[in-house]
Amino acid sequence: MKRLVDHSEVIQHMNGRLVKNNIFKLLFFFATVFGLIILVVLLYRVFTQATGWLNIDFLQNFPSRIPERAGIKAALVGSIWLMAMVAPLSLFLGVGTAIYLEEYAKKSRFTDFIQTNISNLAGVPSIVFGLLGLTVFARGMELGRSVLAAGLTMSLLVLPVIVVASQEALRAVPNQLREASYGMGATKWQTIYRVVLPAAVPGILTGSILALSRAIGETAPLIVLGIPTFIAYLPKSVFDTFTVMPMQIYNWTGRPQEEFQHVAAAGIVVLLVLLVMLNSIAIWIRNKFQKRF
Amino acid sequence: MKNWKVVALSTMFSGVLAFTTACGGNATNEGEKNGSSQQLQGDVKMDGSSTVFPIMEATAEEYMAEQPGVKVSVGVSGTGGGFEKFTKGETDFSNASRPIKDEEKQAAQKNGIEYQEFKIAYDGLSVVVNKENTWVDHLTVDELKKIWTSGAVSGNDKVKWSDIRKGWPDEEIKLFSPGHDSGTFDYFDEVILNKQPINKNAQLSEDDNVLVKGVEGDKNAIGYFGFAYYVENKNKLKVVPIDGGNGPVEPTHETIRSGEYKPLSRPLFTYVNLKSLKEKPQVYDFAKYILENGAKFSEDVGYVALPKDEYTQQLKTLEGLKK
Repeated sequence: MKRLVDHSEVIQHMNGRLVKNNIFKLLFFFATVFGLIILVVLLYRVFTQATGWLNIDFLQNFPSRIPERAGIKAALVGSIWLMAMVAPLSLFLGVGTAIYLEEYAKKSRFTDFIQTNISNLAGVPSIVFGLLGLTVFARGMELGRSVLAAGLTMSLLVLPVIVVASQEALRAVPNQLREASYGMGATKWQTIYRVVLPAAVPGILTGSILALSRAIGETAPLIVLGIPTFIAYLPKSVFDTFTVMPMQIYNWTGRPQEEFQHVAAAGIVVLLVLLVMLNSIAIWIRNKFQKRF
Repeated sequence: MKNWKVVALSTMFSGVLAFTTACGGNATNEGEKNGSSQQLQGDVKMDGSSTVFPIMEATAEEYMAEQPGVKVSVGVSGTGGGFEKFTKGETDFSNASRPIKDEEKQAAQKNGIEYQEFKIAYDGLSVVVNKENTWVDHLTVDELKKIWTSGAVSGNDKVKWSDIRKGWPDEEIKLFSPGHDSGTFDYFDEVILNKQPINKNAQLSEDDNVLVKGVEGDKNAIGYFGFAYYVENKNKLKVVPIDGGNGPVEPTHETIRSGEYKPLSRPLFTYVNLKSLKEKPQVYDFAKYILENGAKFSEDVGYVALPKDEYTQQLKTLEGLKK
């Protein structure tokens, strides 16, 4: 008589399955480690090159032809100005668009059309946004090579990513929450502001962190706009010229003198620290909201 | 919840504001300490070639120590990108590693932009091979053409040393060249390639340090780039004397300045907008400063200064333009 569960057969199969399980586990482990190793190598290289060059003077000096005197002050302050401009602007526009599309607009051909275009825009090369910024902001609105022109261009560049991420986050908010809010007599705006948005903030911020990190590391659109690399003064208003860290770092890496490679490495460390700082602020805000649900 | 949002956002922005204003304050204080005879105000906008950039960075750095009221900014849009903005009247100076092209002249004319060209320094494109390369003692211009032009030796662009001169090893040459966007490539394209396509197997890079590494790492490699990159890597590379018709000449400060190193030595320029020159005293002053100190700063950053009287002559031209 054949038994329903043949023990010996199960054991035989089991071995194969366990091996398969282990193979996949190893494979995914290596996938994780691969990225980590590259990151560690990169950080190790940058930090060893930067030691001895990264000091207070480096943060307080303007660029110079003499490597020992070169500093990142103008670029660091410029990057912060740019972020102070891009972050609120792109968040307002991006989240606004997402709320309209998800909460207010009815599904129609028109919204489908907008949707497709936003997704496509996320894949447009950054240099195209630079050309757009040059024609519309720098020349059309005569903003020139100012913080304002660059900030508007960069906001456009990261906008699609923020819109798409915010839409996903809004969509993930359970409908029961909205229904309950309406049931209590809340209006649409009250529901969005008090119920939907707080629940969606963690998701929105995750997407925005990625988008803003991109904006801080981008150079191509700024080069097209004609943002200078050498500047030895700080912007006083949004109409002043400025420079940003990635442009300064790129310029240093291309120099013939070997010392400038160290200066560039020190610049990269400063850029990384700024990125980590901005990201941790966003993550901190995100965690505060996450605790509520 | 609401409180958190307000607190978090306001700390973030006040932090940013505090930092930027604090830094802004420092700059003005530093500025006021410096005082010399005639203090000028206003900005000087400069853009263009990344090859010329180090000279102008040095000039601007020293100039602003004397004239803290003048804000000089220097961009690196490339020679072509710089002229695109210059011919629209958006910049006061445009740096170039080649003379202005006809199309660019027409664009300037169309927009009513008048300009003057000034020579700042010389650069000698240096052809280099690997340190272990014992056979190459010099190359003629024709041999360079044979190595670099596409299809000059064979259809698949594989060139061996033995194809170039008898007795050289039967091994394939690895080529390293600056990318198409650089003025260095433009110049090589004109004098060596004669506008013919470059060898398809050549490895192109916009970063000259990558070319240095490439030639350093391969026994059969050959490459070319600006003189400054050769000088900085002298002990890692072997420079090839070039025979332009009058015997092999090695690129040195002397041979480049005298023009003996032919045809690969090239002048570096800056173009100034005449309207800015007349209307903005700081532009005139800065132009004068460039010509007065160009020799020193060019040498400082690895280029070759012009003979002295060329600067004096150009200073006279500049004075004439002001009237």
